[in-house]
Amino acid sequence: MKKNLRVKTGKVIDETYRISFKFNGTTYYGFKGDTLASALLANDIHLVGRSFKYHRPRGIMTAGSEEPNAIVQLHNKSSRTEPNVRATEIEIYEGLEASSQNCWPSVNFDIGGINNLLSPLLPAGFYYKTFMWPASFWEKYEYFIRRSAGLGKSPTKPDPDIYEHKYIHCDVLIIGAGISGIMAAKIAAKNGLKTLLVEEKPNLGGSTIYQNSDHFKINNQNSGSWLEKEINEIKKLKNLEIKTRTSVAAYHGYNFLLARENLTDHLPINQRKNKTRHKLLKIRAKKVITATGSIERPLIFDNNDRPGILLSSAIKRFADYFGVACGEKNILFTNNDSAYETAISLIQKGINIEAIIDNREEVNSKLIYEVEKNNIKIFKGYTVTDTSGYKRINKISIMQLSKDGQKVVGSKIILSCDCLGVSGGWTPAVHLFTQSGGKLKFREDDQVFIPNIYPSDQLSIGACNGDFTLDEILVNTPKSLIDYLNIKNTEYDNLEISSSTNKSKRNVWLLPSDKIFGKTKSFVDYQNDATAKDIKLALREGFRSIEHVKRYTTTGMGTDQGKLGNMHALGIISETAGAKMGELGTTTFRPPYTPLTFGTIVGRNVGEYFDIFRKTPIHDWHVTHKAEFENVGQWKRAWYYPKENENMHEAVQRESKAARESAGILDASTLGKIDIQGTDASEFLNRVYTNAWSKLAVGKCRYGLMLNEDGMVYDDGVTTRLGENHYIMTTTTGGAANVMGKLEDYLQTEWPELDVYLTSVTDHFATVSVCGPNSKKIVSGVIPDLDFSDESFPHMSFKNAKIGKINCRVMRISFTGEHSYEINVQANYGKSVWEKCMEAGKDFNITPYGTETMHLLRAEKGFIIVGQDTDATMTPIDLQMDWIVSKKKYDFIGKRSLYRSDTIREDRKQLVGLLTDNPNEILEEGAQIVADINKSPIEMLGHVTSSYYSPNLKKSIALGVVKGGKNMMGQKLIIPMEKKNINVTVADPVFLDKENKRLNA
Amino acid sequence: MFIINCPFCGEREQSEFKAGGEAHIIRPKQPTELSDDQWAEYLFMRKNIKGIQFERWNHAHGCRKWFNVVRDTSNDEIKAVYKMGEKPPVQ
Ligand SMILES: [Zn+2]
Repeated sequence: MKKNLRVKTGKVIDETYRISFKFNGTTYYGFKGDTLASALLANDIHLVGRSFKYHRPRGIMTAGSEEPNAIVQLHNKSSRTEPNVRATEIEIYEGLEASSQNCWPSVNFDIGGINNLLSPLLPAGFYYKTFMWPASFWEKYEYFIRRSAGLGKSPTKPDPDIYEHKYIHCDVLIIGAGISGIMAAKIAAKNGLKTLLVEEKPNLGGSTIYQNSDHFKINNQNSGSWLEKEINEIKKLKNLEIKTRTSVAAYHGYNFLLARENLTDHLPINQRKNKTRHKLLKIRAKKVITATGSIERPLIFDNNDRPGILLSSAIKRFADYFGVACGEKNILFTNNDSAYETAISLIQKGINIEAIIDNREEVNSKLIYEVEKNNIKIFKGYTVTDTSGYKRINKISIMQLSKDGQKVVGSKIILSCDCLGVSGGWTPAVHLFTQSGGKLKFREDDQVFIPNIYPSDQLSIGACNGDFTLDEILVNTPKSLIDYLNIKNTEYDNLEISSSTNKSKRNVWLLPSDKIFGKTKSFVDYQNDATAKDIKLALREGFRSIEHVKRYTTTGMGTDQGKLGNMHALGIISETAGAKMGELGTTTFRPPYTPLTFGTIVGRNVGEYFDIFRKTPIHDWHVTHKAEFENVGQWKRAWYYPKENENMHEAVQRESKAARESAGILDASTLGKIDIQGTDASEFLNRVYTNAWSKLAVGKCRYGLMLNEDGMVYDDGVTTRLGENHYIMTTTTGGAANVMGKLEDYLQTEWPELDVYLTSVTDHFATVSVCGPNSKKIVSGVIPDLDFSDESFPHMSFKNAKIGKINCRVMRISFTGEHSYEINVQANYGKSVWEKCMEAGKDFNITPYGTETMHLLRAEKGFIIVGQDTDATMTPIDLQMDWIVSKKKYDFIGKRSLYRSDTIREDRKQLVGLLTDNPNEILEEGAQIVADINKSPIEMLGHVTSSYYSPNLKKSIALGVVKGGKNMMGQKLIIPMEKKNINVTVADPVFLDKENKRLNA
Repeated sequence: MFIINCPFCGEREQSEFKAGGEAHIIRPKQPTELSDDQWAEYLFMRKNIKGIQFERWNHAHGCRKWFNVVRDTSNDEIKAVYKMGEKPPVQ
């Protein structure tokens, strides 16, 4: 039985434009301007979802971004599906499909509803208490909890939409375009300030724009009409930019704010193509004016969560703005005057009001008189004690409130209704203010927290600053702007205002019932199903800090961050614990104010742009030759080059053999290169490396180890003396930027007296490394004019040379233990030099090899890889590299740390070679090393750091770090694996060519 | 995200900078003369103050210069910025 609850044309509704949409599979109609919530209500649908824990039926409660219940899944199963969308915010468009969340099989019949019957067994902290023990069972519980819990489903297909990030700099940012925000925007812009006004709703004007009662007048017009004119005027201002559908998500220090501008969510899907969906605005504002308004408080009474129970202000908004009646038998329940504003709106539109329940006993205000004139029964001094109706409210019970508000007296009256509007007064929306680091103060009069100490250049105005009535807003807003913007006057200084609101309010945080407290369900956090009972239980169990109570009861931890009920939670804690509200403090509101999609956060950084990567000048050749790539830092490095059906192991074995038997070629362009010049360059190297550099002749190369000040190995590489005052340092691929930063740091801060200049030249050179017994023949084929005799060009030396017209630096250095050369050329010649080497090496089976083979070859020689065999806890002594630590040098970075009591311990983990008893058994890198598996607990002596099958030695080899390993040569150790124990023998880490004969082969 | 006034480039976003820990910790000129305790004092001990802290920053994605910053760590307010080797302008 479908009803039409559309009453009269609403402020923003275009009745000539009908839109069809689907909710839970059924087609409904609404009008342009409707939100999903207003359109559903017009179709008499309140029930939209189930609550998180008890699966209780829940309906639309608000008309804005504070909505806790009406959260839906859009376009389920499509690539555009989105969970947790507030029905009160999404504007309907042709073809919209929305469905309820957190229910199965349907919102009308939900199996999880059994939790509601079990609720006495599901108190606060239930999960913590039950499922954490025994710890080993958690995995089993988790499976079931995860299946039955969770709000909405995340998309499984790629997001087809486009998102952008944009920076905005302005003089003044104004957040919120209600009446005070509009006034501020006009004043700021007219005073020559570059102003940005953002509003989360599609329209400007807040709640004043639909205020057309004679009780609220500005300059003799009703306040809505007055504001409309103001809006039309500010739209013409040149230095004012207005962004609607833009919600500020985060307010950080130094007036840095993030806002999401929503550009297409209100359009039919077929009109969104090639348009940006959301823009993440990164706003840096000199001044910020927060005019975020206030959120109406619900009232906390038994069964206050049924579908059909809404905030009174939401009922007014649905009626005035969207022309929708939320019910045919409406009752309002209030502790202050604002419900009477709703009543007057409903009366104007001919919507029936059954009664008004007011906590206050004696109240006098013009609004109440007007309502009474319309013969509406007002129960003064009464409270709602209970409600009934499973999927829609149908009755309420009311009783008189005792003088102290702590209990109910007299007899019970039952009233029937299909909609209950509640008003517990107002809470300033201070979320963004507190995010920015602002401190609040508590105003006892009406029990609200308002901004007190501003942490940055900002101002709060209007309702978010605690000015709730029209006259307060109109008087205080211009006044504070005069001070804040340092101006003489504003055009609003002499407005004629008439406002009928009486400010009296009777605040009772938790309303009493005739039922015993333990049997009541008075919801404080609707989304997370936290009740007043849960909060009191937490206090009984000893929780005192508001932050702890919040986590234990999950109050305020839903997607809505408890925008409605947080104040009541505080109030109940304060009353129960006998603490003052102002002293309790509030929980911290964290960004984002309303949820953001991942798409908005990542913007254009998706797909290949997700993370930047670097390619060597020879990259294309590797791609053409089917290399597999490995990420090393930001670099893509050729990993191995599989031939036809080869797997990785086979390719690496082939490449490794070829490099030792004839020739291999490696793209070493990614190694960090730092050009070092200056008269103190040698002294500088003396200080940063562990070995001595002063005597290195021009044209010679030397391997160096760099430590941190704590004595731990930081980086390594070969540095070449190009000239008297000129060196080129190489670093590890991943460490280049850090080494550069560290060297700059020492030069600028510790040794500014040194005449040394550093330039990163990593990208300027391509490096081609040719190794193997035939490398000399190949490289001399490429550079025929150079003398390659061992006398003229020995190991660890360097020559300038030319390949045709191309200048190159040739180093005879080796990371494989083979006779080898590194040719460095200007980057853009890299690929052609590589190809020349390939051509010259054709007859020698020159074999391109990748990083995996490089690692294997160096492991055969026992050369370390910083970051693989070391982990920032290894000194050179631990690595058995004592030979590289100069005893003569007075100082170098890390020297003093090498003989701290901790670093001279004999039982430190030390690098050793490991040979498996079974030569075909390859160890797993990272595997633990032990001596005695019968001891309990087993003592871990260390772990395997590098492990390979060596095709040249025809056996498995490994490096590892072992406690006291230096003195364990030949000792048997055990690598315990899941299914077996592997026996190994500690060995010399140099497995191949201990005499270094191959370097000159 | 705060704004840092690089003494060489002017005001820039925090994301262009790299923090370098407490300032005015001078590397001992003669480390070998120090006891383990004295060396450990230099190497490991940092104040990590809540309040006014003197710290080093590097304009890593800019001029690459190191300089000093006086920052109130409780609210990120930057009280002063000065070059390496200069005396702190505030106490
Ligand atoms: Zn700079």
